[in-house]
Amino acid sequence: MRDIRLIEGPFDPAEELTRFTASVPQAGAVVSFMGQVRADSGVLALDIRHYAPMTLPGFRTLAETAARRWQLDGVLILHRIGEMAPGAPIVLVAGASRHRRDAFAATDFVMDHLKGESWLWKRERTPDGWRWIEPRAQDHVDRARWG
Amino acid sequence: MSARLVFLGRLEDLAGMAELAVEPGPLEQVLAGLPRELAVALLVDRVRIALNGHLLAESGGITLADGDELAFLPPVSGG
Repeated sequence: MRDIRLIEGPFDPAEELTRFTASVPQAGAVVSFMGQVRADSGVLALDIRHYAPMTLPGFRTLAETAARRWQLDGVLILHRIGEMAPGAPIVLVAGASRHRRDAFAATDFVMDHLKGESWLWKRERTPDGWRWIEPRAQDHVDRARWG
Repeated sequence: MSARLVFLGRLEDLAGMAELAVEPGPLEQVLAGLPRELAVALLVDRVRIALNGHLLAESGGITLADGDELAFLPPVSGG
């Protein structure tokens, strides 16, 4: 079971997770991560841009890599694009497996690689205008954990 | 006959547009027709280049054919 999508409007992570979980009855474990727009002071909106020929294909490759590395019954990757307000869900990743360790590790792995290797560009709007967000060194460190 | 340049992230702001139709031909020739500041920004090491959705190892020797799409991809945001 692979469900990998870019989403242009608001989505309900709880509803998506319920649907994903129902699609993998053979799994004994479902681990999920949801990321939302941080309500930092002064940030009015976040805008995520993508490049259609590469962004979703990159997500699919990442899901395949995780599925080769761990025993998974399912992988869910949902990522928002476009403009969103503080508090809005940005990303939902879930892994389903027979036993919990594979699902924990695969979800963590997918998130670390999504953060720094997916073809997404973010900018935020403050009272001063739009500002592009630069890569963080910590994201590279996080990915390096996986060898 | 035309090819297309696609500017992602901050390069879109710098170019003032997301896409630009150009005459096919060697990349150096295509870039020579752009504002100098933009051409320089497109060629820095941190900007990756993809031809028709496939990442290229380097920008040397590229010639754009009719219908080609060349995308300039600055470093992605960590979030």
